[in-house]
Amino acid sequence: MNTIKQIELEQLRMDLPDFEPGDTVRVHVRIHEGEKERTQVFQGIVIARKRGTVNASFTVRKVSYGIGVERIFPTHSPSIHKIEIVEKGRVRQSKIFYIRNLKEKAVRMKLRRK
Amino acid sequence: MCKGILGKKLGMTSLFANDGSYIPVTVIEAGPCIVTQIKTLANDGYNALQLGFSEKKKHRVNKPLAGHFEKAGEACFAHLKEFKVNNPEEFTAGQAVTLDIFSVGDRIDVSGNSKGRGFSGVTKRHGFKLGNKTHGSHSYREPGSIGQCAWPGKVFKGRKLPGRYGNTKNTIRNLQVVDIRPEQNVILVKGAVPGPVNGRLEIKIRGI
Repeated sequence: MNTIKQIELEQLRMDLPDFEPGDTVRVHVRIHEGEKERTQVFQGIVIARKRGTVNASFTVRKVSYGIGVERIFPTHSPSIHKIEIVEKGRVRQSKIFYIRNLKEKAVRMKLRRK
Repeated sequence: MCKGILGKKLGMTSLFANDGSYIPVTVIEAGPCIVTQIKTLANDGYNALQLGFSEKKKHRVNKPLAGHFEKAGEACFAHLKEFKVNNPEEFTAGQAVTLDIFSVGDRIDVSGNSKGRGFSGVTKRHGFKLGNKTHGSHSYREPGSIGQCAWPGKVFKGRKLPGRYGNTKNTIRNLQVVDIRPEQNVILVKGAVPGPVNGRLEIKIRGI
């Protein structure tokens, strides 16, 4: 097998759930503070998934105290402790960047729950 | 110990470190190289090993080279290169030099022929800034003024102008060995190295 493909395949995380744009997820991230390690949770709507091998990533958006916050996670990073799917959502686009311009209630309407 | 080895660039990818950081790596097939000749202080005035890499069929090698390879063994090689060595008496002709000479964390220098870009303009070759695209501009990728007037009446030597770019030997120094995979003869090096995929590389260990 192609050596580079093999190196990339070894690093892929197969333990993560299959989530899609529109889903609400809780991402548990390991954070190193000096010697200590703790887990931080980031909950929001997946607005994009960039497919690939080691370079795959996904973007999670939440609204915190009225301010929109987006975070891009490398999908296969060892820093990600686990991903929980809170709610499935159904959207038509694979990149739902338009929800940035919607009001909170409109977002809820758009993500017609499955 | 031999201070270097020949290799082939397989391409680039990335690794995740344990702390989650993302490391860009070049995958290099390093060796195994066969010692084709041993140069000693008494005979040649310096101590070195001549290494052969990338096996070649005997009928594709010219007769003088085939005779040279015969002294070391059966195999013929496409690439030959000398590397310095302190104790040439430790080695015998025909012996294999593998990537055992490297260990994770080593600093290395990697040389190779850069990609040839042909006859290139100053923007690509020297990084000149671009001119205006619009407003009636006729100097989008032009070099601009290249000198003065009646005095000195010539263009000074060394002026950066268009010309052949690339396909020169370049060395990237102080690269770090991130991982070694002896079963595939592959080392992973942090950062980029010169040349195209499948290009030949010389890998030297620093500071020994």
